[in-house]
Amino acid sequence: MATPTQHHKRRRLSPLLHDLADELLFVILDRVAADDPRALKSFALASRACHAAEARHRRLLRAFRADLLPAALARYSAVSRLDLSLCPRVTDAALAALSTAPSVSAVDLSRSRGFGAAGLAALVAACPNLTDLDLSNGLDFTDAGAAEVAKARRLQRLSLSRCKQLTDMGLGCIAVGCPDLRELSLKWCIGVTHMGLDLLALKCKKLKILDLSYTMEEKIAVQIVKNCFPAIMKLQNLEVLILVGCNGIDDDALTSLDQECSKSLQVLDMSNSYNVTHVGVLSVVNAMPNLLELNLSYCCPVTPSMSSSFKMIHKLQTLKLDGCQFMADGLKSIGKSCVSLRELSLSKCSGVTDTDLSFAVSRLKNLLKLDITCCRKITDVSLAAITSSCPSLISLRMESCSLVSSVGLQLIGKRCSHLEELDLTDNDLDDEGLKALSGCRKLSSLKIGICLRISDEGLSHISKSCSDLREIDLYRCGGISDEGVTHIAQGCPMLESINLSYCTKLTDHSLRSLSKCIKLNTLEIRGCPMVSSAGLSEIATGCRLLSKLDIKKCFEINDLGMIFLSQFSHSLRQINLSYCSVSDIGLISLSSICGLQNMTIVHLAGVTPNGLIAALMVCGLRKVKLHEAFKSMVPLHMVKVVEARGCVFQWINKPYQVALQPCDLWKQQSQDLLVQ
Amino acid sequence: MEGGLRRSSETSCKALPSMSSNSSMINDPDQQGGRFNSMDQSCFARPGQSFPAFPPLFGVQSSSLYLPDEKIGNQFEPNSSLNNPTVDWDPQTMLSNLSFLEQKIKQVKDIVQSMSSRESQVVGGCSEVQAKQQLVTADLTCIIIQLISTAGSLLPSMKNPLLSSNPAIRHLSNTLGSPMGFGFSCNQQPNTNDEVTIPEISKTPDYEELMNSLNTTTQGESDELMKCQNPCGGEGSEPIPMEDHDVKESDDGGEGENLPPGSYVVLQLDKEEILAPHTHFCLICGKGFKRDANLRMHMRGHGDEYKTPAALAKPSKDSSSEPAPVTRYSCPYVGCKRNKEHKKFQPLKTILCVKNHYKRSHCDKSYTCSRCNTKKFSVIADLKTHEKHCGRDKWLCSCGTTFSRKDKLFGHVALFQGHTPALPMDDVKVTRASEQPQDSEAMNMVGSIGYNFPGSSSDDIPNLDMKMADDTRYFSSLSFDPCFGGLDDFTRPGFDISENPFSFMPSGSCSFGPQNGDS
Repeated sequence: MATPTQHHKRRRLSPLLHDLADELLFVILDRVAADDPRALKSFALASRACHAAEARHRRLLRAFRADLLPAALARYSAVSRLDLSLCPRVTDAALAALSTAPSVSAVDLSRSRGFGAAGLAALVAACPNLTDLDLSNGLDFTDAGAAEVAKARRLQRLSLSRCKQLTDMGLGCIAVGCPDLRELSLKWCIGVTHMGLDLLALKCKKLKILDLSYTMEEKIAVQIVKNCFPAIMKLQNLEVLILVGCNGIDDDALTSLDQECSKSLQVLDMSNSYNVTHVGVLSVVNAMPNLLELNLSYCCPVTPSMSSSFKMIHKLQTLKLDGCQFMADGLKSIGKSCVSLRELSLSKCSGVTDTDLSFAVSRLKNLLKLDITCCRKITDVSLAAITSSCPSLISLRMESCSLVSSVGLQLIGKRCSHLEELDLTDNDLDDEGLKALSGCRKLSSLKIGICLRISDEGLSHISKSCSDLREIDLYRCGGISDEGVTHIAQGCPMLESINLSYCTKLTDHSLRSLSKCIKLNTLEIRGCPMVSSAGLSEIATGCRLLSKLDIKKCFEINDLGMIFLSQFSHSLRQINLSYCSVSDIGLISLSSICGLQNMTIVHLAGVTPNGLIAALMVCGLRKVKLHEAFKSMVPLHMVKVVEARGCVFQWINKPYQVALQPCDLWKQQSQDLLVQ
Repeated sequence: MEGGLRRSSETSCKALPSMSSNSSMINDPDQQGGRFNSMDQSCFARPGQSFPAFPPLFGVQSSSLYLPDEKIGNQFEPNSSLNNPTVDWDPQTMLSNLSFLEQKIKQVKDIVQSMSSRESQVVGGCSEVQAKQQLVTADLTCIIIQLISTAGSLLPSMKNPLLSSNPAIRHLSNTLGSPMGFGFSCNQQPNTNDEVTIPEISKTPDYEELMNSLNTTTQGESDELMKCQNPCGGEGSEPIPMEDHDVKESDDGGEGENLPPGSYVVLQLDKEEILAPHTHFCLICGKGFKRDANLRMHMRGHGDEYKTPAALAKPSKDSSSEPAPVTRYSCPYVGCKRNKEHKKFQPLKTILCVKNHYKRSHCDKSYTCSRCNTKKFSVIADLKTHEKHCGRDKWLCSCGTTFSRKDKLFGHVALFQGHTPALPMDDVKVTRASEQPQDSEAMNMVGSIGYNFPGSSSDDIPNLDMKMADDTRYFSSLSFDPCFGGLDDFTRPGFDISENPFSFMPSGSCSFGPQNGDS
């Protein structure tokens, strides 16, 4: 190769590019990528110089195959984040082949299996500047692996969620080896006891975020709380402490906190720790005066005394009491004592009445987010109070507040014009309500599933005013047709996610109009029998970022649709094909999509065991749901081969049911179930 | 012993006219004192004797103990027990025993009488007098042992508390050798040498009488008796904390407290007594027990009268009117820091401390751990404690130190900068070897199935390079034939199957290496 000529050629091809400083070029590329994620591909393929520039610019590497990592790292020398979440199987050998990559600071192995301590040792050796490591779901992660991880001395963030084999020994190694640790997740690390945690609190003084969810069984929790809480509370920098599902924490354990006091702690999550009562909460409140967020969901009944104890934490901004039972006046005293509250979550609480909620909301002037999902007793009175006293609400979730009338719902649109997130699923919403909502111009997420009275006209109002809409849920809105979907698709170009399941009137026209939303990544058209492969092909060619697709019970969709998907939807990660008219050919063509992770293939009449196995052999799935009937038909050794490559089989045994219920009948039935 | 017994009986029975009338022999008080000192040790040397685990509360104890002695005047008849119709023991044996005792007592009486007669003539015949005194001592020892065994055979019909009081009687006599006891007795009866024999004589019927009275008295009387005897039984057995037998720390019990030297009473047990396996004996069958509670349980088998709640109750100690003086113990081993002669004497707190200390410090380590065969112990509890953890020194620090307990390791790691918990080597091997056995099997299977695509080795850089960019087929899709382009591509992901058997080799060999090395 004559380098001068090549050099000359390159110059000639992109003189402008060559003169640009990398910094400027990168700024430009960042902006281009923000606008259209796929634009960088086009850029890289424009010329060698562009290709090289794009390689230098790339910071995130999301690999499909772990064994190609050395080559990829050689090309993208500036990559700082290595995401292996699309590789179900990462072998020790693949990690051992890594050459030194000083630029890599973050590695995600949370969805990979097959590597052991040797691989981790190689990884840590190859990435001397590793600060961020995600090893979640490492069911075969052992103490030996932890000892290797401990050699990454600069590690700041480490997730070991569900590493159930980890014991104190491994945690001790990490605690000693990684003194810079800021964030650590030990969720579901049931092998860890107070000794390891004690050492951790002693050695890792910089810890900011600690997740100990589900680690405290009833028996050992007392020990943990007694022995480590003092040490943990002394951590100067601890800001977030997550203790979800720690059933062992009870009042006795918490009252022992009385002498301790953590000035730095800002977030405490004790949801699902159902052995705690108001006595323990009082101790917590005393010990952590600077809390900003407190989560006591599914803990204990809320009494007035408990609510008034929140007065001690005067900075409290977020209070989550999901699933709690409210005693008389419990909610009222929240209104009295937590004046600074910005976010209040009361979903699935029992005992929330109109008077209490109205009173509380009238005191909480700063409220920005309110969740009253399934508070079935509240009526228009509450809604009037909410909308009048909290006009600056940005998020309101009120799924299944069935006593609120359509007139009440109109108040939301009229008064809360700052709303960005609104969940009115299963309410008595009608077109008038939607028309009122058109005042909420910042709306980005709108969930109006199971609102049977809305029609195309209402959607046209939304589409005209809510151009920022990213997510819309129209699940079982039987009243809407292609026209309404077209309105939305035209009026909301930023749309990323749409759920049109069981909107049985929809045809290919809807999909054709949706294909103009180029950012669409989630499409659910389950139970739309009139949709066909033609519509799906439009989506495949138009929405190139599509990653989640649910076409269950779209009986008209056949192999052709799959072939289009395989050619254009390279971002596809998850697909549900149940009841479709797809055969072996469609399945095999689908399997050529590299990143495909999850596939649900139940009741697929055209698929044979051989075709199925061929497809599974080819694609690197992580999880596949199959009908149980296949279990006997697929050779066992083939199943083992597929499993060895990191795929998990889940066998479904559901009856074959083709008939689609009308939406109103379905709603009636589900309400009857609820009453029972 | 003789001195001790005399002292006890004299302090307790000082009101008895028979005793004072019998004390015809008068000896030099100095001599008496010297003899006591020499007796000091020997009085502990009786085999099968319980050791004196009680505070020396002589006045209280003895008065209660010997309360029945008041009847000695009207019931002083050794054989009277034979007439008791309720007895269930063998009268013949008892008779022979008693006659033996009578003979013995007569012997001693003769000796002492000869001593007293000679004393009036030759005051300075010290050596001869001493020899005779020793003879008297030996005889009295014999008498007492015989007396006790005889009395023991009577006991089935006696109330249980007496059993616990009986050792106390002996303790009493023992501890009288201590300076305090001596001074006390001197005040009481400064110039009585005759009690060398007299108390013994009086003591024999004393016991007999006790048994008899117990056998013959009505229930009310015996209850009254028990009221008196219970406390002394409690005094006798209370300070033996047998329960915390394997509490090693109790050995150093005296160390933590800083008692001023004069504020406590120092007792010193004899070596044999320390090493005696049992401290409580059944007076009926002679069986020995380590704990008085066990003895009480045992006594139930000897008759219904031992089954009453009162008999089974733990003797309470709080009925003594005087507060117990603080008692500390000295190790009999001269030169030991725990010996009272030592300059920096540190007393031992309890009898158990004495036992454990003596065994640990001055005895052979006769118990060997059967697991490691290296560690030896002289206290069996220590061996048991060790065996619990022996061979489990699996908690390893990076500095090479091993620990038998995880919390100790973590305490060590917490203390030293840079030390880290280390995984045992075999553990690492095991985990590495077990990481992917089934995977490797499956992967080999993949290789054999025939998905081996020869052109797809991992150094095929251009091809791989293209695949890494997550939209490599962007080009291909432009020139795309909708029906077959996808099918063209679909074999490609198969490549990684073919590569896996190769790529697995290094890790496989490294994981199985250690296993082979082991085998």
